[in-house]
Amino acid sequence: MSTVATVGPRTAAGGFDLVRALKEAGLAAFVAFVLFVPLMGFQLVGQEGRLGLVYRPHWVVVGTVTVFLGHLAVSFLRAVRGPARRARGEAGPFARFFTVHARWFGVAAALVAFLLPFTPFGNRYVVDVATTVLIYVMLGWGLNIVVGLAGLLDLGYVAFYAVGAYSYALFAQWFGLGFWEALPIAGVLAALAGILLGFPVLRLRGDYLAIVTLGFGEIIRIVLLNWYDVTNGPDGISGIPRPTFFGLEFKRYSAEGTTFHQFFGIEYSSLHRVVFLYYLILILALITNWFVLRIRRLPIGRAWEALREDEIACKALGINPTNTKLTAFALGAMFGGFAGSFFATRQGFISPESFTFIESATILAIVVLGGMGSQIGVALAALVIVVLPELGREFEQFRMLLFGAAMVGIMVWRPRGLLAFREPTVRLHGRGEGEEAPR
Amino acid sequence: MLYFLQQLINGLTLGMMYGLIAIGYSMVYGIIGMINFAHGEIYMIGAFISIITFLLLGVLGITWIPLALLLVLVLAMVFTAAYGWTVERLAYRPLRGSFRLAPLISAIGMSIFLQNYVQLLQGANVKAVPPIVTGGWILAEEGGFAVRVSNVQIMIVVLTLVLMAIFSWIIARTPLGRAQRACEQDLKMAALCGVNVDRTISLTFVMGAALAAVAGLMATLYYGVVDFFIGFLAGIKAFTAAVLGGIGSIPGAMLGGLLLGLVEAFWSGYFTTEYKDVAAFSILVIVLIFLPTGLLGKPEIEKV
Repeated sequence: MSTVATVGPRTAAGGFDLVRALKEAGLAAFVAFVLFVPLMGFQLVGQEGRLGLVYRPHWVVVGTVTVFLGHLAVSFLRAVRGPARRARGEAGPFARFFTVHARWFGVAAALVAFLLPFTPFGNRYVVDVATTVLIYVMLGWGLNIVVGLAGLLDLGYVAFYAVGAYSYALFAQWFGLGFWEALPIAGVLAALAGILLGFPVLRLRGDYLAIVTLGFGEIIRIVLLNWYDVTNGPDGISGIPRPTFFGLEFKRYSAEGTTFHQFFGIEYSSLHRVVFLYYLILILALITNWFVLRIRRLPIGRAWEALREDEIACKALGINPTNTKLTAFALGAMFGGFAGSFFATRQGFISPESFTFIESATILAIVVLGGMGSQIGVALAALVIVVLPELGREFEQFRMLLFGAAMVGIMVWRPRGLLAFREPTVRLHGRGEGEEAPR
Repeated sequence: MLYFLQQLINGLTLGMMYGLIAIGYSMVYGIIGMINFAHGEIYMIGAFISIITFLLLGVLGITWIPLALLLVLVLAMVFTAAYGWTVERLAYRPLRGSFRLAPLISAIGMSIFLQNYVQLLQGANVKAVPPIVTGGWILAEEGGFAVRVSNVQIMIVVLTLVLMAIFSWIIARTPLGRAQRACEQDLKMAALCGVNVDRTISLTFVMGAALAAVAGLMATLYYGVVDFFIGFLAGIKAFTAAVLGGIGSIPGAMLGGLLLGLVEAFWSGYFTTEYKDVAAFSILVIVLIFLPTGLLGKPEIEKV
């Protein structure tokens, strides 16, 4: 981290050197000007079948001035506040507090989540959004096994999500399996897909692996798109059966058997199913979380983290890197498969559209923003990333732009994630007040 | 036989473009050992800048096509190189010495950012570019099937060969090339011997981006359509080409690009076009498993 300590313009006495700051800001503004002129200054538009240009000089001016002032402000703040914390490699007081008390935050968050449908805010829309958030939380936790714990960058995680979703949809369509029968099968199939992909490629170096998984994600999508006979191509599969509550359906009337509201003798409401789906994913997500927290303390979990830190040392200690990575890959894929099944049953309709690279990137962004390896951080990041675009169309439009910028920013300023600073799971001498590691 | 010849010509043209992008990946990987995931986006930006400058020159009254194209080539290379330089400066340089996956994650973020940046600024719809270089030659004709070489294809091949020659000269003969080769062998040692490592890396990104801009210009002329998403597939394919040829090796990148272009052309010519991307990805996986060093690469020895 020592190379990043390019502290702003400070004189020897620690004061603010205005001339130097102005020079640097001017340089930044010049570069920004060069960058903005071609792409911001002109817009390509189709006019009567021909391409034309729209001139936007004011955009360039605004952009350049913003960069100039922004750069100046940053230099000023740096000079006033001294070297950034990151240069000292410390977490902020907030992050530290948060990490130390992560367990209580986790419990509180789970309680809030459990009570949400009964609070005054718990209307249909909120519960629906919360369900989406929880899908991403679960995906984030699943991917966290691969990226956060084992340190393998998987850019095609959505492929396993797709395998889970399509296996449930197809089993339901062809063999009439219900959600509960198909769920384990979908998980196993996704895990198998993970092993199938992982077996040949996990010997590769980390960054090769990333590209191969990306390619695999695309292959799965292209196959889903073109294999009409099975997947119905771009039209997708519709009419996927909804889950049942111990065999009770969420319908007004049912041809066979009783429905949920008849059994409990309550008024029918379409909200029941929404709330049921919400609890379903909440429980699935909590199982994922519990599983990850437990497995981190097992030898295999320790091996993952060791492998992430130093592969050669692990080999020397007799850990088989390929098998260890393969387990992480398969388990991560399995949870992706579960989440996929849930997605299929919730939407009732799936098509290859839902499984693009953007989706993989979103899940990865959640894991990265949350701090790789941190459970509560991932949950918070998922909340932010899903809720932000719900707040308004403007956010929706800028969502991916912000994601990209945030991913770069996090790597530059806070490589350990926004809220979490990753603590070792085990320490040689404890931390004074006990050996228990924070989540 | 004639059909084969036609696919060969198409494949070579395609391969030249992949090769030009692949060089950018290969050089960066050779020097700092990272996959510059945003490189495909740089190519896309190059394509956009090419069209914009071409239209602008038309407005300014430069309508003689060869001159206009030459100016577009230079301007696109300059502006795109500025993007390449900035990307390195903002997203990669602060990460030297960070943990191993950090630059790759940053690069993915950069790629997503640039894609959406262009989408927001230029709109999401596909831009159809009118044919600029027209005409062509018929090489052979038999039974109603003619083997054609268009002027665009000739231009692509000639331009690529010229650029490759200039490029090889830079690497082999100039002080910059020497600094690059030194950095490739050992960054720390090069720094100790007085090579300005930061500057060399920056210039490597600039060179890679300039070549990608040329590829972007070629793609615009060849396909006639551009949108903000073209960088994604082209980037992955060029990366495949770089790996196939042996990442880190510049002749390898060109060779890999040509092979990949040929495979794709023959695949679409004789099988189906739907699965041609699958073919490219499968090659990547197969090469990585059975030939991790590529065709012309050196084996990588991991040191403790």
